[in-house]
Amino acid sequence: MIADFDYQFFIEVLVGGLLSGVMYSLVAIGFVLIYKTSGVLNFAQGAMLLFAALTFVSLVERGIPFALALVVTFAIMVAMGVAIERTVLRPLTNKPPITLFMATLGLSYIIEGAAQLIWGTQVHGLDLGIEDVPLEIGGVLISQFDIFAAVVAAGMVLLLSLFFRYTRIGLSFRAVADDQFAALAVGLRLPLIWATVWAAAGLVALVAGLLWGARLGVQFSLSLVVLKALPVLVLGGFDSILGAIVGGLLIGASEKLAEVYIGDYFGGGIESWFAYVVALVFLLIRPSGLFGQRLVERI
Amino acid sequence: MTAISSDFSSVPVLPKWIVPVLLLAFAYGVVPLIGSSYLFEAILLPFLALSLAGVGLNILTGYAGQVSLGSAAFMAAGAFAAYNFNLRVEGLPLIGSIFLAGIVAAAIGIVFGLPSLRLKGFYLAVSTLAAQFFVQWALTKFSWFSNNSASGVIDAPRLSISGYALDGAIGRYLFALTIVTVLTFLAYRLVTSQTGRNFIAIRDNETAARIIGIPVLKTKLLAFAISSFIIGVAGVIWAFAYLRTVEPDGFDLDRSFQILFIIIIGGLASIRGAFFGAALIVVFPLGLSRLGGFLLGDLFDSGVLDMSQRIVLGALIILFLILEPDGLVALWDRIRRRLLFAWQST
Amino acid sequence: MPLPSYALGVMDASVYAPEVFARGLPSTLRQEQQPQGSGEPAGSVAAAAAPLLSLQGIGLSFGGVVALADIDLSVQSGEIRAIIGPNGAGKSSLINVISGVYRPDRGHVELDGAVYAQVPTQRLAHLGVARTFQNLALFKGLSVLDNVASGLAYKVRSNFAGQVLGIGLSRDEQRDSLSRAEQILQFLHLTAIRDRLVGTLPYGLQKRVELARALVAEPRLLLLDEPMAGMTASEKSEMAAFVRAARDRFATTVVLIEHDVGVVMDLSDRIAVLDYGRKIADATPDEVRNDQRVIDAYLGGASDNEGTSSNEEGAGI
Repeated sequence: MIADFDYQFFIEVLVGGLLSGVMYSLVAIGFVLIYKTSGVLNFAQGAMLLFAALTFVSLVERGIPFALALVVTFAIMVAMGVAIERTVLRPLTNKPPITLFMATLGLSYIIEGAAQLIWGTQVHGLDLGIEDVPLEIGGVLISQFDIFAAVVAAGMVLLLSLFFRYTRIGLSFRAVADDQFAALAVGLRLPLIWATVWAAAGLVALVAGLLWGARLGVQFSLSLVVLKALPVLVLGGFDSILGAIVGGLLIGASEKLAEVYIGDYFGGGIESWFAYVVALVFLLIRPSGLFGQRLVERI
Repeated sequence: MTAISSDFSSVPVLPKWIVPVLLLAFAYGVVPLIGSSYLFEAILLPFLALSLAGVGLNILTGYAGQVSLGSAAFMAAGAFAAYNFNLRVEGLPLIGSIFLAGIVAAAIGIVFGLPSLRLKGFYLAVSTLAAQFFVQWALTKFSWFSNNSASGVIDAPRLSISGYALDGAIGRYLFALTIVTVLTFLAYRLVTSQTGRNFIAIRDNETAARIIGIPVLKTKLLAFAISSFIIGVAGVIWAFAYLRTVEPDGFDLDRSFQILFIIIIGGLASIRGAFFGAALIVVFPLGLSRLGGFLLGDLFDSGVLDMSQRIVLGALIILFLILEPDGLVALWDRIRRRLLFAWQST
Repeated sequence: MPLPSYALGVMDASVYAPEVFARGLPSTLRQEQQPQGSGEPAGSVAAAAAPLLSLQGIGLSFGGVVALADIDLSVQSGEIRAIIGPNGAGKSSLINVISGVYRPDRGHVELDGAVYAQVPTQRLAHLGVARTFQNLALFKGLSVLDNVASGLAYKVRSNFAGQVLGIGLSRDEQRDSLSRAEQILQFLHLTAIRDRLVGTLPYGLQKRVELARALVAEPRLLLLDEPMAGMTASEKSEMAAFVRAARDRFATTVVLIEHDVGVVMDLSDRIAVLDYGRKIADATPDEVRNDQRVIDAYLGGASDNEGTSSNEEGAGI
């Protein structure tokens, strides 16, 4: 068994896992953005992703050009983000984090319901114009679409990093992430920052929604992608973009490898829970995740 | 939280046990005589099962402060365990199967509660999802659990207690009502005992609880065990008394959320709250479908109903969190106090 | 000074009969250690005995910031010991080290002869140590009575099943802890609010409920982390009277942190002064008052604070 271990196959599986991990990271980053600034674990991120993809596809199907549809959908996502901030989160300021989490759970029900009430429940195909022909790189077959997705995700991360490093609002974002009270005290405009962050999360949802939608088809189950992102967050820490990326890669790779190499011993289908178990085992060793902040108990 | 009783201490207060006893007398004495089978099948049986599940989750989340998103897994564990005990253990009475099913659910609860010893808040909430997915997967994957039936479907056994058949709608209702009554009474005793106070202490301030000597780890696991036991038995009622035929997919994440919503809407850390919340969750889709059908006619098909249900439910959650964080129970108590007060000042 | 003297006598049995903590010491010794006169400093009484609490060379830092540096401290049984110092001097860190919340980087804590690198927090109550917290740490969802009764949770031996069924041991324990809690409430003049949820009480009363929760276990060592913070002058002197009465009543050794120098001068037998994590004085109130280093480091630096607080103190008494 060891002697004829197929390294090429192993590497193909590994690379495939890493690339799908990038897709997980992309969803997870949407969570991190909001968690860092407002301490909310936004469960509605998956529903937003579904809403964005569904809106985009429906616009394109109604004959609206690709680019215009993209712009319109983005505008809608920004409006949605701002509206959520205004109507749901602001009245709940200073409530315990878990209350806010439950509110976003309710939010996800509303958005999922609304998305399908408006655009219908049928499955839409989404063609981004990328042929899914495997490329051979160094003797290893890699899906072209996966590479495209990874490049887009990397571009997203780069864009967000630049935004937060070099723009005024981005710098205030980092101040808020460090200390909300101090940020308030020095007069940073929190509502503006929160609105921006929700808009950014909307953008992430749009991009992730298009990539996932192209792969799985645009349908209700798209919102379940959120369940793939949660173990990534647990692993990487809810407040670390770097953690979301590394966590996504780790989960993606270990999930694929496990499915291929040990899945048979369990009768298959282990991908529904394997990521959670990986994250849990890891957490028992490091309770604050890979890059999460360690809390000093203050009493 | 507003000031309590003292403001209205002049209002004559009935003994605490009066209302539950009257309700029980009504539920046992009157409802079986006047209820239609629709009332039992579509309203009372799911209401009883979900109320009990809500009581169980409330012990863990409302009282002990540990958020769980995996309640449906424990319902499933209870239902399938009871099915197998009943099937495989010769001569075991039904009540025995149900009790053992609760124990199995409790054991699984302890296993998936172990992370709570190190994890808090979101990290714990997410880790309880592991229970949700793992149990659902295992029950679907291993056909032994469903006695090799296709896609894991199980049929409820005949319900009978010491020879009395309880298979009719009324019989199943009385069966469910009795189990729910007994467990709810015990749960009430629990939350008012020292152990219940320890739950609240850990929820409100874990560090302080540890320092004054409450055994935090043991108490958390106990909360998981007791909560899972009750939710497991609720799963048995759901499968045996209400649906009669269930599959693992019936205990999905949406079911877990449903139970969480029940305690948020009804009122966290309130035994009564679970019943209030369950009543709303069971009745409102029925009302919504009548209303929708009345307003929109044929346009209001099952797809539209499903979606509008989600929207209304989500909106309800948010409204309650913002306007009435203590749930229907708090709303009810306020209205009742106002009525009593008004009645007294006339 | 509002000494709750009527409470004396009511509880004689529970003062002398609690479980024997002392390792090898006969329980009668506790009785001897108890000062007979209510106002008399107790430090001298037990001076000959080994200290109840002793810290040796405690050092603690957080990510390079030194919170405590080489602290020695020795507290005699029955003493009221204040630890004062400016903000950030390390007072709370010291309490957290003594109660095991923090593990010191260096040094050790000796409690009643047993030496700990880190005091085992979960066994603290069994060791006869109770504490209060700088920022209230009450259980908001419980009534005043239940909060206080929870201070006895550490010795509950009945299991949940017994409690649910209300049989045997659990019934006795329940009755016992409620009656003890009631006695403490009476002692601290809290009986009138026993059924209120603590979350609904004003701050000063919550502080007192926290004292009650710590006292109900009749600890041998009581750690008070700024028990009078945020109180009015009259509330402060009332609290000081309660602390002293508690010491006299239960023969409890008290270590308290306080910001307000005026209050502790009259209350304490000895005062340790911290500045930037170092102990710069450890003496009787009079000596501390005249210690040049203390005046420079603390009293001088915060003369406004000192001035007002001694005025308040004068008004309170």
